[in-house]
Amino acid sequence: MPEQKGKLRKKELTINMGPQHPATHGVLRLELDIDGETVVKCTPHVGYLHRGTEKLGENRTYLAALPLTDRLDYISSMANNVGYCLAVERLFGIEAPERAKFIRTMASEMARISSHLLWLGTHALDIGAMTVFLYAFKEREWILDLFEMLTGARLTVTYPRIGGVRNDVSEEFLSSLYKFTDEFPKNIEEYETLIDQNRIWLQRTKNIGIITAEEAVNWGLTGPMLRGSGVDYDLRKYCPYDAYDKVDFDVPLGKNGDTYDRYRCRMEEMRQSARIIRQCIEKLPEGPVMTPDAPKFTLPPKERILKDMEAMIQHFVLVIKGPVTAPDGEIYSAIEAPKGELGFYFISNGTGKPYRMRLRSPSFIHASVLPLLCEGALVADVIANIGTIDIVLGECDR
Amino acid sequence: MNRQSEDCVIEIEEGIKVIPGAGAVIAGIDKIANWGRISSMWPAVFGTACCAIEMMTAGSSHYDLDRFGIIFRASPRQADVMIISGTVTKKMAPVMRRVYDQMAEPRYVIAMGSCACTGNVYNTYSTAQGCDNFLPVDVYIPGCPPRPEAFIDGLIKLQEKIKNEHLRWSRWR
Repeated sequence: MPEQKGKLRKKELTINMGPQHPATHGVLRLELDIDGETVVKCTPHVGYLHRGTEKLGENRTYLAALPLTDRLDYISSMANNVGYCLAVERLFGIEAPERAKFIRTMASEMARISSHLLWLGTHALDIGAMTVFLYAFKEREWILDLFEMLTGARLTVTYPRIGGVRNDVSEEFLSSLYKFTDEFPKNIEEYETLIDQNRIWLQRTKNIGIITAEEAVNWGLTGPMLRGSGVDYDLRKYCPYDAYDKVDFDVPLGKNGDTYDRYRCRMEEMRQSARIIRQCIEKLPEGPVMTPDAPKFTLPPKERILKDMEAMIQHFVLVIKGPVTAPDGEIYSAIEAPKGELGFYFISNGTGKPYRMRLRSPSFIHASVLPLLCEGALVADVIANIGTIDIVLGECDR
Repeated sequence: MNRQSEDCVIEIEEGIKVIPGAGAVIAGIDKIANWGRISSMWPAVFGTACCAIEMMTAGSSHYDLDRFGIIFRASPRQADVMIISGTVTKKMAPVMRRVYDQMAEPRYVIAMGSCACTGNVYNTYSTAQGCDNFLPVDVYIPGCPPRPEAFIDGLIKLQEKIKNEHLRWSRWR
């Protein structure tokens, strides 16, 4: 820049945060214009994890695109699977049996607990409370063990199927899960003892990153981000899917819409999740876990394929063409994922593959609110703000 | 530990002997440098996708990487090994290479997960088909995502690899 004599030029310093930064939860990049310690302008850059999931979905049958949804919001893959399966089920006009619905509800809430625990651990770690991270991951490991018991995988589960779930739950699993719901609320109290009265935690979260209820609605926020501002909107309550209308739970609300309120909301949600899981186990009905329409959507067992001609043909058609009974038309179906409203939008042209698959991911929308939170705040609060919006870049960039 | 009473030399590792009290170590220079390196591998975390969560899990209370002397460092300049955990997109690849270039030598790369190894199911317009296209990878850990046990096994494999290295008096490796 050519120097001008006699004039003192004042300019904001532009710093680049990410994509390799431990506090950005993946590969988010923020371009910060700072004036001293104050952020003047904040520009989020996304797309560092753009894997082309939507495009891949168009080139795969409805069955084969299911594993891709695990890797969107990889912290709560079960919720994504359920969202995808529900959307496809609604498109085909089929319904999962009652028992499968309860199992899905249970599994989604397990995913919510695991997601919120990871959020709590990393958020606290970023703000400077390392112990919480170690405590939260202890219980998270427990949840992952339960997932492994149920599905055989820890993280990317691919457990729900179109028209039900893959396998039935065992008595052993149910009793272990029941034990977990017994002890987990005590653990939440433990985390709260660690940080609730912590002066540093309070200073770094109270009145930081305030979003008013009106702003939250205008920006399209959902999930704990919206409920932290006091807006009572939860798809599980207002548009119940699976077995959510048969269980009893509260929707925790915040008041001020700051980081601390959102923290309180998520902590309370974990308690409610444990409550839902408990009720699901108690009310779990008997019956099949796959719909009677299942042969149209699931591959027959391998032993039958080798012996039975019909099964062989069915297998071949499903793999090559996909479920070909898809009606023409489009559908939007949303669920309440741990991060917010996760929507799947399909345009079907009557073949076994969607013509267009579109995702409404909460993380992308929440990332867009970062400038609102950060501008005018201090650089240190940017970290708290990234933590509180709880984004996962796999889902954000897709 | 194997105490040899006649000459008062303690063999602390195969080929590395210490004379207590004298403050002296008897070993080949290769051995002693490698011994130091394997006991304190500091990885530069480059969590891009799902595998980063399993990497964090491996570093947390249950699996406890600290017992191997492995402490995650945020800055590549203080790190010895770069763990690429997750999908590498074409937009991310130059950043990744740059972070690698910032690391001090000797430096190692671990490709964690199928995406970092080969690209996995993401055979699309935006995904790099494996990070070995632009980085010299030492250890591949397959899995989608690999379990923390598999990840720890990969780290131990890298330690074995470092153990057998010879110190070369050249600038490049």
